[in-house]
Amino acid sequence: MDPHANVEVTVNGVRHRRAVEPRLLLSDFLRHELGLTGTHVGCEHGVCGACTVLLDGDAVRSCLMFAVQADGHDVTTVEGLSDGSGETLHPLQAAFREAHGLQCGFCTPGVLMTLVPFLREHPDPDERQIREALSGNLCRCTGYQNIVAAVRLACGAPSSPRA
Amino acid sequence: MKPAPFDYFTPATLDEALALLAEHGADAKPLAGGQSLIPAMNFRLARPAALVDLNRVGELSYIRSERDGRGGGATAIGAMTRQRAVERSELVARAAPLLAEAMPSIAHPQIRNRGTVGGSIAHADPSAELPAVMLALEARFRARSATGERSVPASEFFKGLLETALQPGELLVEIAVPPLLPRSGTAFLELARRHGDYALVGVAAVVTLDARGRCTAARITFLSVGDGPVLATEAGKTLAGQALSEELLRAAADAAATRDVDPPSDIHASAAYRRQLVAVLTRRALARAFERAEGNPS
Ligand SMILES: Cc1cc2nc3c(=O)[nH]c(=O)nc-3n(C[C@H](O)[C@H](O)[C@H](O)COP(=O)(O)OP(=O)(O)OC[C@H]3O[C@@H](n4cnc5c(N)ncnc54)[C@H](O)[C@@H]3O)c2cc1C
Ligand code: FES
Ligand code: FES
Repeated sequence: MDPHANVEVTVNGVRHRRAVEPRLLLSDFLRHELGLTGTHVGCEHGVCGACTVLLDGDAVRSCLMFAVQADGHDVTTVEGLSDGSGETLHPLQAAFREAHGLQCGFCTPGVLMTLVPFLREHPDPDERQIREALSGNLCRCTGYQNIVAAVRLACGAPSSPRA
Repeated sequence: MKPAPFDYFTPATLDEALALLAEHGADAKPLAGGQSLIPAMNFRLARPAALVDLNRVGELSYIRSERDGRGGGATAIGAMTRQRAVERSELVARAAPLLAEAMPSIAHPQIRNRGTVGGSIAHADPSAELPAVMLALEARFRARSATGERSVPASEFFKGLLETALQPGELLVEIAVPPLLPRSGTAFLELARRHGDYALVGVAAVVTLDARGRCTAARITFLSVGDGPVLATEAGKTLAGQALSEELLRAAADAAATRDVDPPSDIHASAAYRRQLVAVLTRRALARAFERAEGNPS
């Protein structure tokens, strides 16, 4: 059996076609085949959330999918949030910069890709909802305080927390 | 780490999938949401020679009400239905509120967007919510192979740690949740260290009352206290024929904690702490289920 399979996938609006080994994880496909290294890889067992991307608009772990499974689907990575020039940030990214919502930045792409669909469904979340939404993303630096503050800023909420 | 190589198949129909599984025998594994299987493959704890990916088998993804005589008003869920779809289903919220209540406790939305109902049940993790919920609800599982089909009640399906009644080459294809009897109430509760973590202990309760408010049937099940979902038969007996009172709830919780479970100690919690949680969560879940049953006269 030919060890390679074809995958045709749209990533951040651009169509890509490759022949890859079926065992290639979507996370490695994005990083190594497409050079989109904004998607980070931490644990490779679904726990840390660093590799979170959107599959047809829904947040998923790219380390828990094979690239071939994305055939015919639409993937959005953190590179797809801004306009590409790096000049205009997505409002959520701008809020993270403003509120100091990151330190080393390792967790940030996964956090952003988790929060984009979350905020689509909960445009005005309270602090408990924000913390719950973040429970699937590990951050070793910030203690989450400023991530929560950034989300509140992005929603136009007052900066002092409410329950 | 990275998975070992495997042959990869993408059947478009259930029949094709079953034929592939029959052809490749015990070397092949079905791939559902991959949220348990792929981590195991990444760590090379699992090295299947072939994967039969069920994600393009559209006929296994549905939630519907069986109104005809055969299904007896059951809610039928295709094995490949995403956990997220069940969580959002109005039909499930109406017909199987216990299932709806338990769904958000399964991992995180990012996992539930891929993870399937059938995958969780076939995987049979003792800390998983769905096996315990299905055992409490007396669900039936439809299993199909290239040679035939059978229906297995939840009480005969879970055989031990990650073990089920499924044979090699057999797929779980549908989960049928029977309708609740009139004057029934349900409740699901669990305690986890963080939202989305596997539970230290979880409990599912189904209580049915007679017209005078006495309990005619109670099914209480636990997760994370054994090598599979555990049915609390002693607690159930304590409740039979009794009307709600504080003493009754305490007696049932006590029976569950001392006679129905023999929980493990591990890095997450000691056996004694789990026993304590069983008592507290049972009491709370039963109080809620009784209250809901009283509010459910039809
Ligand atoms: C970080 C993280 C946290 C999690 N937390 C929880 C949690 O709190 N509670 C919980 O319940 N689960 C949790 N899970 C597991 C998750 O719910 C999985 O989705 C589920 O256990 C398996 O479903 P799946 O569809 O992903 O199956 P897969 O991973 O694809 O398959 C699991 C196993 O079942 C077999 N299988 C799959 N479908 C069928 C079928 N139809 N017929 C026969 N065999 C089949 C596969 O061959 C494999 O052996 C977590 C997972 C992760 C990564
Ligand atoms: S690398 Fe995918 S969740 Fe950690
Ligand atoms: S900013 Fe360093 S891990 Fe989150």
